[in-house]
Amino acid sequence: MMLRGLWKLTWIELKIFLREPLGAFGTIAIPVLVFVVTGRIVGHREPSASLAASNFISVGLPVLASVLITISAVLSLVTIISIYREGGILKRLRATPLRPQTILTAHVVVKLLLTAATLVLMVLVGKRYYPVGIHVPLFGFTLALLISTCSILSMGFLIASIVPTARFAQPIGAVILYPMIGISGLFAPVAALPPALQVVARVVPLTYAVSLLEGIWKGDAWSAHLGDVGALALVFIACTALSAKVFRWQ
Amino acid sequence: MPPVIQVSAVRKTYGATVAVDEVSFAVNEGEIFGLIGPNGAGKTTTMECIEGLRTPDRGAISVLGLNPFSDVYKLQERIGIQLQEAQLQKRIKVWEAVDLWASLYRKKRIDGERLLEQLGLIDKRNAWFMNLSGGQKQRLFIALALINDPELVFLDELTTGLDPQARRAIWDLVRGIRSRGKTVFLTTHLMEEAERLCDRVAIIEHGRIIDIDTPQSLVNRHCPERTVVLATDDGSAAERFRTIPRVDAVTCSDSQFTIRGRGDDLVTEVIQCLSENRIRVTDFRTILPNLEDVFLKLTGHSIRD
Repeated sequence: MMLRGLWKLTWIELKIFLREPLGAFGTIAIPVLVFVVTGRIVGHREPSASLAASNFISVGLPVLASVLITISAVLSLVTIISIYREGGILKRLRATPLRPQTILTAHVVVKLLLTAATLVLMVLVGKRYYPVGIHVPLFGFTLALLISTCSILSMGFLIASIVPTARFAQPIGAVILYPMIGISGLFAPVAALPPALQVVARVVPLTYAVSLLEGIWKGDAWSAHLGDVGALALVFIACTALSAKVFRWQ
Repeated sequence: MPPVIQVSAVRKTYGATVAVDEVSFAVNEGEIFGLIGPNGAGKTTTMECIEGLRTPDRGAISVLGLNPFSDVYKLQERIGIQLQEAQLQKRIKVWEAVDLWASLYRKKRIDGERLLEQLGLIDKRNAWFMNLSGGQKQRLFIALALINDPELVFLDELTTGLDPQARRAIWDLVRGIRSRGKTVFLTTHLMEEAERLCDRVAIIEHGRIIDIDTPQSLVNRHCPERTVVLATDDGSAAERFRTIPRVDAVTCSDSQFTIRGRGDDLVTEVIQCLSENRIRVTDFRTILPNLEDVFLKLTGHSIRD
């Protein structure tokens, strides 16, 4: 079978990640805490708030939190892959019948599991402590997030393939990924941006992820977001194909 | 029986640097074959081409009847590899690594727990990789290289960085692999290791093979010199020593004589001369050439330079 060892590798990588200092706490607990605390601070300051503010609390902030969790998962993936490459771990794994795609798949599954765990916790904690009640089409939103995450992860592959050493992986990833949030339409509608930035925003995949996530969170029908899904799929296919070409194992 | 490894006229370059060139040799079933040379001579490149991890620019390689580039996954099933300076995940436990590796192979494999026991790692089965000593890490890598009960085992600079005691223990392990009927292909820059461990060695320098044979044959062929150093007060000794066949030079300082000659019989001849002439000696030792001297002779410099 092509993916021989996938399940065992995934399970071990998950355990290894949770053994890292701050592994579970940093990945799962901190984002949830930040999300709830920010929500309460913003919520208290503007008790019955302007429309924009309450819209941000009920839709913008949850989507922002989801996007941040996804991006941090991607950065973590980029870092791990480059540490594994630099340390000769990838090379050692390669000197077995293990296929390269099995190694990558295992890491992606680990990241998806952790992302899912964080989001479930966020929703559960949010139901109790978030100022605005969270009533969200959970299945739809999970699916939307899965699509977005895969797409953003594929950009992570590409970064991981090109970045020379682990020391550069995190900062380069951050420099590429975080500014995308600013123009993704989360804080201001894309149409309100200066024309030059609008062009950039249309190219950046995060814009489509945000549009999809916000829409599904608010209860839009999937048919209204087929364009977003298509764009994200296109990014995924292009980045995966490209990184398969340029990926260095040592 | 066809050779286990057949390498013919392999060349590999990295940019303008020629790493190995015109490398040819064969490794037979059941032997420990050593590729020896200084760092940067092309040992690892040659080995990684044979393992299917690198593609040579020219030449042909056959391993267990397979082409290591087109049949790389088939080949990996049947061989075991220990890489130079490899690492595992810092926080992977010893038993998890063995368990993971065992799950990667299709064919029957050996009992991981027994393997850990044989390698003296059973006490460390729950330890994280990052907390193992250098010798323990190497033993774990040997365990991983043996987990699929391979027909052919590759060991790259296996004992580099280990203390002499750990090194000797590893040598015993490698001999144990051979005694189970497996073929071992190893690289080393330690001449003592090659001499004690290898059935045959190939000397490589600047990417080219200089000579291949058993360590003893290499020494006999390239360094036939033998030296006897002894101490005696006998005044006529120097004259007597000069009459021994194949003695090239006799030097003397105080009462210590140095007799240089050639051939395996020199030491016997000296002893016979001593007993026939009833020369009383207070010290006697021999200086025999080794692979280190062979290397010096063939390349004009020491392997440590």
